[in-house]
Amino acid sequence: MATGTTFAHRHILGMEQLSREDITHILNTADSFKEISDRSIKKVPTLRGHTIINLFFEPSTRTRLSFEVAAKRMSADTFNISASTSSTTKGETLADTGRNISAMHPDIIIIRHSCSGAPLLLTRHVQAAVINAGDGAHEHPSQGLLDLMTVKERRGTLSGLKIAIIGDIAHSRVAHSDIVGFTRMGSEVYVYGPATLIPKGIEQLGAKVCTSLEEAVRGADVVMTLRIQRERQNDPLLPSLREYSRRFGISRSVLTLAKPDALVMHPGPVNRGVELNPDVADGPQSVILDQVTNGVAVRMALLYLVMGNS
Amino acid sequence: MNTTWRITNGRIIDPANHIDQIADLLVIDGRIAGPDQPVPADVPEIDAKGCWVVPGLIDMHVHLREPGEEYKEDILSGARAAASGGFTGVACMPNTKPVNDCATVTAMILGRAAEAAVRVYPVGAISQGSEGHQLAEFGEMQAAGIVAVTDDGRPVRDSQLMRRALEYASGFGLTVISHSEEAALSTGVMNEGPVSTRLGLKGIPTAAESIMVYREIALAEFTGAKVHIAHVSTAMAVDLIRAAKARGVRVTAETAPHYFTLTDEAVLGYDTNTKMNPPLRSAVDREAIKAALADGTLDAIATDHAPHSILEKEVEFDAAANGIIGLETALPLALALVRDQVIGEVRLVELMTVNPAAILGIPAGTLSPGAAADVTLIDPQRQWRYAADQVVSKSRNTPFLDWKLQGRAVLTMVGGTIRHSLFA
Repeated sequence: MATGTTFAHRHILGMEQLSREDITHILNTADSFKEISDRSIKKVPTLRGHTIINLFFEPSTRTRLSFEVAAKRMSADTFNISASTSSTTKGETLADTGRNISAMHPDIIIIRHSCSGAPLLLTRHVQAAVINAGDGAHEHPSQGLLDLMTVKERRGTLSGLKIAIIGDIAHSRVAHSDIVGFTRMGSEVYVYGPATLIPKGIEQLGAKVCTSLEEAVRGADVVMTLRIQRERQNDPLLPSLREYSRRFGISRSVLTLAKPDALVMHPGPVNRGVELNPDVADGPQSVILDQVTNGVAVRMALLYLVMGNS
Repeated sequence: MNTTWRITNGRIIDPANHIDQIADLLVIDGRIAGPDQPVPADVPEIDAKGCWVVPGLIDMHVHLREPGEEYKEDILSGARAAASGGFTGVACMPNTKPVNDCATVTAMILGRAAEAAVRVYPVGAISQGSEGHQLAEFGEMQAAGIVAVTDDGRPVRDSQLMRRALEYASGFGLTVISHSEEAALSTGVMNEGPVSTRLGLKGIPTAAESIMVYREIALAEFTGAKVHIAHVSTAMAVDLIRAAKARGVRVTAETAPHYFTLTDEAVLGYDTNTKMNPPLRSAVDREAIKAALADGTLDAIATDHAPHSILEKEVEFDAAANGIIGLETALPLALALVRDQVIGEVRLVELMTVNPAAILGIPAGTLSPGAAADVTLIDPQRQWRYAADQVVSKSRNTPFLDWKLQGRAVLTMVGGTIRHSLFA
């Protein structure tokens, strides 16, 4: 089913740790797992007897569901812990939570946390493999990988493409993982958004910062938009969502600047009418639901690979 | 306890008296003896061959955590750490629980300090509770023993309050120490730049420091009062201070060893022992700090010794407390500046003795005849490793753990009494 190439990572904490070869290996593995979800009996015994814990300190619908579906299709036993039901409300530290969970001998812990670096902290206190399902504004590697998979499926390659990422780059772990991932695979990533949402030094991750929406979108193979939040912790980042949608939102006319068959992507959930006009979000170029489908395959691959290595 | 010594063969470096020579230093009854004082019979000898004999080091910026957080550090443990690092005097910041904002707390601290290994100089709060509203009673606290005032850790937001603090303190000859940080810009957890973007951590811009440094300079210039800028971390703040000094503003400033040793790249890996406030800055800032230590823009090296337990540090980076311990590593890190030819030996001693003493107006930092015999012997060649089981402070929150260091205080003497010695 999977290739014989070795996979050297016990934990998946970010795209930054993954080489071009690692990424190719993960995508090939995901590709081979994808058809399982098309079967009438959507289950293989690969991870039977393995315990996987979803440790979510932030609300999440699709990522958690996607990991759970992936785990169950591989026959693993899954358990969900969310912050509201965990001991953290009683003041338990992440280190203690990790040590306690570890005492129950799970094989994989999937963690989402609002603090950047929390998954790395967890690895120091558990025996299990740790997969980062999103940490603060740092990384969301499985999302980055499913984005790569989706583009590769449609374009046949990840090299030489122009990827435009529009929106809140500063607070987006998806943007971070995508910039690193697409750049590493040989594409060029152009970012654009309100200047309040372009973080200092993003060029050092490989992104090219554009000065206009047109510059970012013109000739693009992929137009990826990010979810926008008007205010974060009383930080006056934007005057209004109205202005955002008019100046930075992707409409049909903006999309005509991109290649005719450019892909429209979004990590979800979409603020319809803000970062994406509904006719674009639901239009023929949108691959937003392909992203969701591929998410399951990529996560199956990650679960398989971190286990194969332990 | 014996307080009479003859320290022989050492290189005496005493910047206040323009002395840098190999000579013997005589201590009689806890005081530095004059050159023509007769040597008493049977005086015990300390062979300082290969060592520097310098005035006891003064750290003008430490947090001793007592009263209130004795599980992190207390006055006695902090003083032991100070002595082992070569310090004979430390100025302790008022952000204890309760805040040192009244004579009662000051007296309590000094009562405890009577038993301490080194001299403890309390710094009082600028505002009651350091809440930034009402001035604390500077006069009462001064009578009880404070040497300066500050709201360190909780920067004064209200410019009018800072103006009044400077004016009022000047009437008592007290120095106001400013933790210069514009609060609205300082909601992050590390320096803002490419590294914070890479790590996805919220940044604190360098402008947060320089804006407030300029406010303090403008207020000091207008009122004629003196102000001291604590833990300078940025190139722009250095430029502002340099220009202010050139036009005669009564501004002094310190930096801490981590700002001339590390950059924000040390945060890669999310080690919470690289989290402090102000944060570690860029390489450009670090080089500017070094240049400012050399050219006199910065007057003192202070540690900002800030002990925290694992309760505050073994957590997510966002949730971790700011600060690192520094008393035991300051001297070797500063000696690296001498080896790297950033500053000379005499300048180093000046930065860690007579200058901070002068800023605080305390009778220390020199080897003048008649002065209390606060003396530190430094072996600038000694190689050692700062291992966890050797840490003297109650806390171990330092990014320098397990660093191989060169240079160490091998003997610390306070009023002629040996408080730390590595002599067999």
